[in-house]
Amino acid sequence: MSIEVRNLVKKFGSFKALDGVDLKVNDGELLALLGPSGSGKTTLLRIIAGLDWPDSGEVSFNGEDALAQGARERHVGFVFQHYALFRHMTVFENVAFGLRVQPRAIRKDEVTIRARVKELLDLVQLDWLADRYPSQLSGGQRQRIALARALAIEPRILLLDEPFGALDAKVRKELRKWLRSLHHEINVTSIFVTHDQEEALEVANRVVVMDKGKIEQIGSPDDVYESPATAFVHSFIGESIELPVLIADGVVRLGDRPLRLAADGLAPGASRLFVRRHDMLVGPPGSGAFEGAVQHVRNFGPVQRAEVALSGGQTIEIDAPRGRELRAGDTISLEPRRYRIFADA
Amino acid sequence: MTMQIADSVSLSAPDAKARAHAAAARNNLRTEPRAVRIVIIALAMTFLSVFVVLPLVVVFAQAFSKGILAYFAALADPEALSAIKLTLLVAAISVGLNLVFGLVAAWAIAKFEFSGKTFLITLIDLPFSVSPVISGLVFVLLFGAQGYFGGWLRDHDIQILFAVPGIALATTFVTFPFVARALIPLMQEQGTQEEEAAISLGASGLQTFFRVTLPNIKWGVLYGVLLCNARAMGEFGAVSVVSGHIRGETNTMPLLVEILYNEYQFVAAFAIASLLAMLALITLIAKTVLENHLDEGQDASEH
Repeated sequence: MSIEVRNLVKKFGSFKALDGVDLKVNDGELLALLGPSGSGKTTLLRIIAGLDWPDSGEVSFNGEDALAQGARERHVGFVFQHYALFRHMTVFENVAFGLRVQPRAIRKDEVTIRARVKELLDLVQLDWLADRYPSQLSGGQRQRIALARALAIEPRILLLDEPFGALDAKVRKELRKWLRSLHHEINVTSIFVTHDQEEALEVANRVVVMDKGKIEQIGSPDDVYESPATAFVHSFIGESIELPVLIADGVVRLGDRPLRLAADGLAPGASRLFVRRHDMLVGPPGSGAFEGAVQHVRNFGPVQRAEVALSGGQTIEIDAPRGRELRAGDTISLEPRRYRIFADA
Repeated sequence: MTMQIADSVSLSAPDAKARAHAAAARNNLRTEPRAVRIVIIALAMTFLSVFVVLPLVVVFAQAFSKGILAYFAALADPEALSAIKLTLLVAAISVGLNLVFGLVAAWAIAKFEFSGKTFLITLIDLPFSVSPVISGLVFVLLFGAQGYFGGWLRDHDIQILFAVPGIALATTFVTFPFVARALIPLMQEQGTQEEEAAISLGASGLQTFFRVTLPNIKWGVLYGVLLCNARAMGEFGAVSVVSGHIRGETNTMPLLVEILYNEYQFVAAFAIASLLAMLALITLIAKTVLENHLDEGQDASEH
């Protein structure tokens, strides 16, 4: 099922949670909504589910108006950040809930319901927990039960709100891989919300980066990482070095120092230069665009992370490969292998 | 799918151990000398004995002072039976009404945002902050012969004051906060996510209420009903103003106790009082049991 969202606006008091959002989600896609807290991503998800209503704008599923239907009629599976499992029901009854509340005319008989719940518990590999209560499960188990419960109604769309947000790092990583292979298996159009860039880049086919109620960029994980469309995307995704620069007469200046960087096609005025930490190449003094002195060095496996005081006064952190060891006090030159400059808004 | 995920099952045993440790730590913290501790504990015990246990013992001692037969004869008196019946009837009406009103009010406050919410919360507490006598007088002002609706009621031959409806209304008013007060914090803590989950799974409003909301708050509801009932049966002030004290008709148990006492019928007065005292004891025990259930519910909801 494809989803189309047009010019969605939602205000909470004077706070604009969504400020004119347009989005198209293709059938069978696994899409990530990525952004800091307060960027409007959860609000967008809740509006698609029918748990919230926009002030203006349109939402359609396969071309038909979804806003004309309530959450109950939309047939959307929703997985909550804090699971929202029914605490007084067993795991089995939680998963069976969506089947038991169906109108009598289409409700399946008990044998079919039992078989279907068993199948879903097998799918999330937790059939042995059927008689437990939610309070007896670990966080990762609760999340998978919540997913099985949402899948029980054979949803047309699956929506996941920070699905791994409340889990510890190791369980998160396992569940990420698991979610991707599960999506591959059931192939239902899915959207998940996250503030964790690594999660978005690793799991999704396409990533939507949001900030302050607006979409900053839509693209494949490679797109948003390799060619960020805005300064926000560059600083939010991946570790970036950010320096205030001035463009004038085709020259990029840091403070009063001109940098040996191409300024073709850049609008004159105050701008910001972005470089990935690992894109700063270390060379002997005088060989690169920046000069600086190494302050501290710490080793992280294959890289050494060095704090470098630039001659202009700014301090930056770079990731250099091991091999040519840096030491505190070294005078070095830095050359950005790749960089981007965005004019200040 | 072949991928395996490591599972860990959370057990409750370490929890209990941690609690025992915490308790031991608290005990180690006491620094007062032994003598001071004994004095403080003795003071508390003496106070409780004189002000709580002694009156309770006196009630039963007086009730049985002329023997068991006199006790049961006092209870079998037609006036006593009528008072017991009326008390049960009034309690049933006001608990029933307050169960519905309390649920609705708590639901509105806990699950929706609206202007005037703080005002509503304050209003719910009003019956607690007003003297019951004044609550009763309000109904006299409204429904009495000289009251706002008095003329209309007389024309239509409807009796509210000095009859069951007036007593039930006054009792309902005085006991209104109990159910709502028990449910508001519970429902606020539980939030709306389970209801949202139920609706997105296709449940109707009624299905959501009976399958998800009500089971989650059932211990809280029972707790509120218990306290509401205890107060409804024991209410004196407000009922005294609206009842009219018609013997064998509009006297509830607390009113009858006072009348009998004033007429020097001590055995009869204390026999009825002993029933109220037993109600209080049963309420206390049930309250303790329910509080344990409420705590368990809270533990289960911790993530």
